[in-house]
Amino acid sequence: MFSFSLDRTAASLRGCRRFLLHPSGWQHLTLAVALLVLAPLTVLLLSWTEPAWGIWQHLRETLLSQLLINTFILVVGVTTGTLLLGVSLAWLTGACEFPGRTHFSWLLLLPLAMPTYVLAFVFLGLFDYSGPIQIPLRAWFGRDLWIPDIRSASGVVLVMSLALYPYVYLLTRNAFSTQGKRALEAAQSLGCSPTAGFFRVVLPMARPWIAGGATLVLMEALADFGAVSIFNFDTFTTAIYKAWFGFFSLAAAGQLSTLLVSMVFLLIVLEQKLRKRMRFSQSRVTAQAERIILNSAKKWLATSYCSGVLLIAFFLPALQLLRWSLKVFDLEFDNRYGMLLGRSLSLGLTAALFITVVATLLAYAGRRHPDRLTLSLIRISTLGYALPGTVLAVGIFMPLAALDNFLIDFARENFNFALPQLMQGTIIIMLLAYLIRFMAAGYKSIDSAMHRVTSNIDEASRLMGLRGLKLLVKVHLPMLRGGIFTALTLVFVDVMKEMPITLMTRPFGWDTLAVKIYELTSEGEWERAALPALTLLLCGLLPIVLLMRGTEGK
Amino acid sequence: MNPFRLTLLLVFLFSISNLTGQALADELVVYSARNEHLIKPLFDAYTHETGIKITYITDKEGPLLQRLKSEGRNTRADLLITVDAGNLWHAANEGVLQKIESPQLAANIPANLRDPDNRWFGLSLRARTLVYSTERVKPEQLSSYAALGEPKWRGRLLLRTSKKVYNQSLVAMLIAEYGEAQTEQIITTWVDNLAAPPFASDTKLMQAILAGQGDVGIVNTYYFGRLLKENPDLKLALYWPNQDSTGVHVNISGAGVTKYAKNPRGAVKFLEWLSSEKAQNLFADANMEYPVNPGVEAHAYVKSWGSFKASEMNLARAGELQSDAIKLMDRAGYR
Repeated sequence: MFSFSLDRTAASLRGCRRFLLHPSGWQHLTLAVALLVLAPLTVLLLSWTEPAWGIWQHLRETLLSQLLINTFILVVGVTTGTLLLGVSLAWLTGACEFPGRTHFSWLLLLPLAMPTYVLAFVFLGLFDYSGPIQIPLRAWFGRDLWIPDIRSASGVVLVMSLALYPYVYLLTRNAFSTQGKRALEAAQSLGCSPTAGFFRVVLPMARPWIAGGATLVLMEALADFGAVSIFNFDTFTTAIYKAWFGFFSLAAAGQLSTLLVSMVFLLIVLEQKLRKRMRFSQSRVTAQAERIILNSAKKWLATSYCSGVLLIAFFLPALQLLRWSLKVFDLEFDNRYGMLLGRSLSLGLTAALFITVVATLLAYAGRRHPDRLTLSLIRISTLGYALPGTVLAVGIFMPLAALDNFLIDFARENFNFALPQLMQGTIIIMLLAYLIRFMAAGYKSIDSAMHRVTSNIDEASRLMGLRGLKLLVKVHLPMLRGGIFTALTLVFVDVMKEMPITLMTRPFGWDTLAVKIYELTSEGEWERAALPALTLLLCGLLPIVLLMRGTEGK
Repeated sequence: MNPFRLTLLLVFLFSISNLTGQALADELVVYSARNEHLIKPLFDAYTHETGIKITYITDKEGPLLQRLKSEGRNTRADLLITVDAGNLWHAANEGVLQKIESPQLAANIPANLRDPDNRWFGLSLRARTLVYSTERVKPEQLSSYAALGEPKWRGRLLLRTSKKVYNQSLVAMLIAEYGEAQTEQIITTWVDNLAAPPFASDTKLMQAILAGQGDVGIVNTYYFGRLLKENPDLKLALYWPNQDSTGVHVNISGAGVTKYAKNPRGAVKFLEWLSSEKAQNLFADANMEYPVNPGVEAHAYVKSWGSFKASEMNLARAGELQSDAIKLMDRAGYR
């Protein structure tokens, strides 16, 4: 339950001083990761050395107000939409009993594997004026029939909410399933109905998870360019790309991006400030709460709600992809698909392991040293998720190229030796770049899970001589199991879907499924892109099924 | 072994197993914003003919250009292939391309389709022209790009987003032709005539015309070709505007040799080969485009859409005027 600690500020200040004077290994690690993320952010900050006032002024005079309104609608709409969907579904499958619950529990994760841009394209194809739904409707009811336009603010919000709700669902379900029944029983003994208990006890206790999922969604929505450009819905990212690709001013794009990152940073700080004094650990590990058995009408309502979401967010688009794939199969399929698949899988898997390990270490570092400095460094480490992909890719590439140039020139001038480019186009660089991008996805999953481990456990373990890495591996790791599987899945799926960083940092000729999708869609060959998209979708299902085994089978 | 060490070991092994080899002496390295499936057949044909290996990487124009700039003189790239004259002009303007003296390129490629300073060369041509519903529009009703702003098209015009570089080049050419004030007026009337918010792709635009959302629009020829191939009974046709005046707006995909190319002679040879008769059809036909080389006939299928008088303005103007064009469209409320 909530407990309040005294003198946290003073303790935090002492912690900061200790960090500066005698940093521990954990703090070195947080510093290293934060510096890594700061490198591309610094590149963006440096863009302010040549302020592009002309472009700023043009944007202010023409587009900016509309862009800000649109961005606001998008972020608020998608965050609300994913929270409603994610939390309600997590509550139903995590705490209630109704027909098909065990299957829905994992089926509802499937949309995670569906890239937002793919869902956006499929939805537009199906529901637009020229799509197979509207044409017959007009044929039956006449041309003047009013049908809501999918190419609108609400259309984008709907599509992105459907694509992104699994982030909230996945994390929140973890919270509900690790929450014992004691809290709810206590609430009920104080006269709360199950529903009131849900809102007054269960939901607040799950807050770090819900907030973690919502933060991921918010960052995704802010950074998204694929889905919004398919809908031609102009947001702040549109301005960034317009500055770069239209006005050819990377400086202006960088400046606009710094604004975006600062906004996200403020939101993260604010959210953490608001729940700073709260504790979310279980007083004792207790049995899973008994499920609320839904009665006749309610249970079928729950079943149809889950099936409805699943149908719209997954099966309908997947079917459409399959239809297109069959149509283009002969044209598009060749023997390179095996290789593309292999690379996507191995890259996703390696990156998932790597990022999850670093995220676990960071989360533990934050637990051991909850001083302001360490926590700020950790927050910085997660900012890469909020940047538009292409901008971040360039931010990562520029310092790398500079380092390579330095090494090559140094070798040539001092040793008359022609050094090849060492940094660019190696997998290790790709992995580091993914770390910068997807740290948030790994960290949020594990950090929220760590909130369930009481500090008593740490103290008891230390008394028994378990410290540092040993404590983490022997005591925390088994308790973090759910969080770790979540992190692995999120990162794996995210990496496989990622385009701009993969495009920019991959070795020559080293293509993946996402690269293939980019190649085809950039010239509008969306139907041909269905084949790699469907393959990607199937790959993404793999870890989701494993995840379910991992978390359910304990 | 504890899970952390095991993971780090795996990561390390995976990483070193993929270290890339470095360039060979007569190898060519290409950075391309033109899609892989459109250029790879040409690379394969060239390798087959000459034995010269071509290594390439694809990405969007913006990142590729930034990559060239950041790598500076240590870049591995010999050649930059990209789409749209504005992008080529900008690459030259940023100083990543070098001047080339090649009589063969000068002979094969018309002067308005290459850089006046010989830093980039068009390799295939596409027209951005009008498309109309054959059910609801008679071709006599159409005349020029500007005339799409006439009141008779109110609620009937469909456009693709102004964020697409093809439209930016088109409007840049209109500015070159009419001047800024008059162009802004034309674009404003276009916006007034829109039947639906601008689309994200030419294909979507044409599908909307088919479904009756609008009657006329502006598209690149090859998108029309693709749709027609899927459905030969397409109730759409192309119209060639400005035939009495400046001609149809054309654009190119093209290439330039990078300033710090390690194999500049090889790169020029390859460019010359690409502009030659035997490669031009391979290059253009892959995407249903027109060859730039006047001595080479377009594919019969492409020719079946009709012949037209093309604009002869040098495409470098599209690059110079691109940001003016974008600002103008923003002011006119063309999203």
